Amino acid sequence: MIGVAARRSLSAIPVLLIVSLISFGLMRLIPGDPAAAIAGVAATPAQIEQLRRDLGLDQPFHMQLLEYYGGLARGDLGRSLLLGKGVFAATMERLPVTIGLSLYALVFTLLIGIASGIVAALRQNSIIDQAAMMFAMIGISVPNFFLGLLMIILFAVHLGWLPSGGYVPFSQDPAGWLASTTMPAFSLALLQAGLLARITRSSMLEVLRQDYIRTARAKGLPQRQVILKHALANALIPIVTVVGIIVSLLLSGAVVTEALFSLPGMGQLLTQAVLSRDYPMVQGGLLLVTTFLVLVNITVDVLYALLDPRVRYE
Amino acid sequence: MSEAADAEGIAYKREHPARAALRRLFHHRLFVTGLILFGIIAGIAAAAPWIAGVDPQRLSMRNKFLPPGETWLFGTDNFGRSLWSRVVWGAQLSMVIGASVVALNAVFGTLIGAAAGYFRRLDNALMRVNDALMAFPAILLAIAVTSVLGPSTLNVILALSIVYIPRTARIVRSSVIVLREMEYVQAAVAAGAGHWRILRHHILPNAMAPMIVQLSFLFAYAVLSEATLSFLGVGAVPPTPTWGNIMAEGRDFMREAPWIITIPGVALMITVMGLNLLGDGLRDVLDPRLRIQQ
Repeated sequence: MIGVAARRSLSAIPVLLIVSLISFGLMRLIPGDPAAAIAGVAATPAQIEQLRRDLGLDQPFHMQLLEYYGGLARGDLGRSLLLGKGVFAATMERLPVTIGLSLYALVFTLLIGIASGIVAALRQNSIIDQAAMMFAMIGISVPNFFLGLLMIILFAVHLGWLPSGGYVPFSQDPAGWLASTTMPAFSLALLQAGLLARITRSSMLEVLRQDYIRTARAKGLPQRQVILKHALANALIPIVTVVGIIVSLLLSGAVVTEALFSLPGMGQLLTQAVLSRDYPMVQGGLLLVTTFLVLVNITVDVLYALLDPRVRYE
Repeated sequence: MSEAADAEGIAYKREHPARAALRRLFHHRLFVTGLILFGIIAGIAAAAPWIAGVDPQRLSMRNKFLPPGETWLFGTDNFGRSLWSRVVWGAQLSMVIGASVVALNAVFGTLIGAAAGYFRRLDNALMRVNDALMAFPAILLAIAVTSVLGPSTLNVILALSIVYIPRTARIVRSSVIVLREMEYVQAAVAAGAGHWRILRHHILPNAMAPMIVQLSFLFAYAVLSEATLSFLGVGAVPPTPTWGNIMAEGRDFMREAPWIITIPGVALMITVMGLNLLGDGLRDVLDPRLRIQQ
């Protein structure tokens, strides 16, 4: 267990090093003069010069790199040009919104995905199975922003049941939070739910064919117990491995969903930073989100080892 | 040994494997459905210059917000532009971007994957960079890259290739690693074949099946990501008629003219679903290991 955690953490170090290098290199890839590009067309030469000095772009390359890693070591990810505050602080402010949205979407994903996968596998090749897989196919094919737009047209514009955008913090008003995040979370979840339904189905079919399931049935255990206790426990193992992928997809999708529903999360922060050429924010935010994702994946691997003892001895 | 004198002594003609695969594909219901859906969109995209009619950029303020009907098949938008023309040209752009990303992936994904899988010395370095690129959330990395390079069709293709090539390379690498240890490859090495010959004649042809499956899904991701980027405002610059741009512009008018959003959205959905079905079919037929689980 601890061995798996240690091994995975060690292997993440070179990955994170390269991730940080790529994030650093991105701003230097701007064609022409980065300082001029960031300052915009209206800036005077003096302003551009000032910005160049502030961003350290007047230094030789190796000094910039040294400065960057020195900053990272101190936990300093740079300052956002747009917000005038540290990238880390700005990200931490927005992170709860994104995490709340993603967790809510994860609940939808797991409920819809696992339930429809199990039902489909139990009635393989029936109408129910085909309907569930059709639903899964639609889920993985509908762009989440299109689904979000359709939901806004139906539930906000026509029926007026839910707000079309805006955000109410959970701590202020849990019911308001639920109203403001239900549509975003659902539209965000459908893609992952479709993927999960397909994986759960094939994993369940695999397990249901095993001898020990036949034994369990032969000794007269009720269907419920056979499915929930014997089959699902083992079918869940491959499902856990995709949770890391699901979290990555949720975070990616949240960028678009937050922009669509005007939720003040990480995704909106980064999209705005991109659109207003706030490169220090883009660079630092990208690094933070990716580091977070790498940590999630390590956790998933450790969880996997916990569920499946075979992994531990490899 | 002639084919007629088989072990069982039964006379039959063995079908060429590629032909057998094609025959199975065309009996695969989902694959055929996918092919038809994708074929419709690809056909419309190819025929755009002849079927689009009016210029997609032509403004006509007198005719704005006309619902779909006889004169305007898909209706008009807030500038009175023909939505049919815009969606048709948008289909062409989606196809061009999707196909370019797939082509770049096929070339560079194979090169990088084959180099990493075949030459052990390169493996570690290449795969660490690969892992790092794959660690970024896909859309975020694409947004960051296009923002740095500037919004344009070409830069969207580049950004999406940077995001997806590592994923393709990883798939090629894992097939190459397995194939490299096969006895017939060892035999070729023993017979004195060079690296290039071994890769080209013995390893890569057998590594193609999983890559083809991956590329068909990749086409779907690329079309979807392109629409997402232009919807967010970092893709091809408006008024270029991409599906994402049309939908982004339609957002402000979804009460009075919902068709501006729904029509390109449905077109996008048909394309992605067609490609996903196509990919599922290819996977079932070409990749026997995965078929068992179905």
